Amino acid sequence: MHWGNFAIIAKAAFYPHAAGLPWYVTIIYLAAAGSFVLSLKWLSSHKTARLGVKAGEIGMAAAIIATLFLPEIRQYNWIFIAGIAGAAVGILLAVLTPMTAVPQQTALSHAFGALAAALVGTAEFYSHQSHLTHFHTVVICVESLLGYLTFTGSLIAAGKLQEVLPTRPIVFKFQNPLNFIIFALAIAAAVWLAIDPAQGIVYPVFIALALLFGVMLIIPIGGGDMPTVIALLNSYAGLSAAAMGFVVNNKLLIIGGALEGSSGFILSMIMCKAMNRSFINVLFGQAQAEKAASSDDVYAGRIKNTTAEEVADFLTSARRVVIVPGYGLAVAQAQHVTGELFELLESRGVDVQFAIHPVAGRMPGHMNVLLAEADIPYDHLHEMEEINEQFGEVDVVLVNGANDVVNPDARENPNSPIAGMPILNVDKARTVVVIKRSLSPGFAGIPNPLFACDNCLMLFSDGKAATTEIIQQIKAQ
Amino acid sequence: MGESLTSNVFVFLLAAFLGYEVVRRVSPQLHTPLMALTNAISAISVVGALTIAGAGDGHTLLITLGVIATACAMVNVVGGFMITDRMLKMFKKRKGK
Repeated sequence: MHWGNFAIIAKAAFYPHAAGLPWYVTIIYLAAAGSFVLSLKWLSSHKTARLGVKAGEIGMAAAIIATLFLPEIRQYNWIFIAGIAGAAVGILLAVLTPMTAVPQQTALSHAFGALAAALVGTAEFYSHQSHLTHFHTVVICVESLLGYLTFTGSLIAAGKLQEVLPTRPIVFKFQNPLNFIIFALAIAAAVWLAIDPAQGIVYPVFIALALLFGVMLIIPIGGGDMPTVIALLNSYAGLSAAAMGFVVNNKLLIIGGALEGSSGFILSMIMCKAMNRSFINVLFGQAQAEKAASSDDVYAGRIKNTTAEEVADFLTSARRVVIVPGYGLAVAQAQHVTGELFELLESRGVDVQFAIHPVAGRMPGHMNVLLAEADIPYDHLHEMEEINEQFGEVDVVLVNGANDVVNPDARENPNSPIAGMPILNVDKARTVVVIKRSLSPGFAGIPNPLFACDNCLMLFSDGKAATTEIIQQIKAQ
Repeated sequence: MGESLTSNVFVFLLAAFLGYEVVRRVSPQLHTPLMALTNAISAISVVGALTIAGAGDGHTLLITLGVIATACAMVNVVGGFMITDRMLKMFKKRKGK
């Protein structure tokens, strides 16, 4: 082959389009994309997980440095100020966020990521407005819509999780039709812009509609559905980053965004499956759960109370104990005393395992992080499928702050609102102790026949106070 | 734009599929760090923000948008990786007895 031809081919390979990247930047971007995939792959094992973070960091640093050398970047003062300010906020958030607040922090970071994408979309719109093609406008509109709605939606989610906003669903009449109208108007504005990009005045209206739609989408969603919503916003944040890749024609952005998009999608599927609900139902089905059975019929005369002293006896004389931590444990911040109870029982020769339902906690995997923080080794944390077969051989199950996820109605009563939802089969154990403040229903709003079972005892107390008292009783033995 | 669009859609689909296959294998125990890590990775969008913030001859409004976008994305670049590592550090196996 003639060397001249080779040079042309090489040039074509390295310069994928007219305003192409210098070849060295292309290579670094390619390596960064590879490092991101490796980073996620290494997360599949505890042993390599932290190496995965390193891989991601190296890829990210290389890509940023390479970008700074691009010829189109001509002034650096503002970039450095913005970079340092952003990094400072990032460090503060990463270091100061308590593990119980990780869901809010995650929601906030989705808001930051989405806002970045949205602002870039806006900048692209105004910088090319005079010569935008119809198609380019559509892509910018998709990026802006996703970015702005994820921005406000994530802020609302963070506010709900931080409890600065009411956690209960905010519902009103004609909510879904109103939401649909807002969305339809936003789409109409986007279509108008695509037909006539010079209509500069329509774009701000479009942004306002997208911002409003994000708020409206999340306010009707209650605290119990937050794990699904965070996962869904995770997916949206990724998709908005990918859309930005389409707008600025950068494949590395498309890859980074697609990875987050599919990850968030998988997580929200898992969350929906764990609650036996569909996306549509989580997002738009705020109907109140109909009363399946009155709690009086289920509980009347069949609730047996117990004391911390009695529970301490059960636990120390058991061979196998399984602790089921739920949302209530996270709310009561009882993870550290639970860790203490774990150590105490293990030191007395009791085998203690943890059974974790996928929607325990406030975001996917949150309960595992809280228990890991309380120094409970991860080989004692088990997912539902892994431990469900074993409950028959368990002496004592200690349910702390969980309700619907241990409701046998889901398995046995086809008329129950939660029928078919996968649950932890704690009722198969010899003895079940439920720590709960009262008999009030969980998110599903239905009574739990487990509490009336012959082998179930209720310890009415706060999750943290009860666990502390059980520890004291064991130590006093 | 047509040609680059086709190849961009290819890249998007392949990356989404690859992400699906890789993320599926992540243990549910690590789903929270997973979300933090993917969030950090998608903050690669900082690269797009940089090109807008750094365009010397750009309009003030555009540069302002680019600068804010850069700052927002940098929060996730730095914070995302750090909090992922902070969480992963806490997962320990039984200490040898």
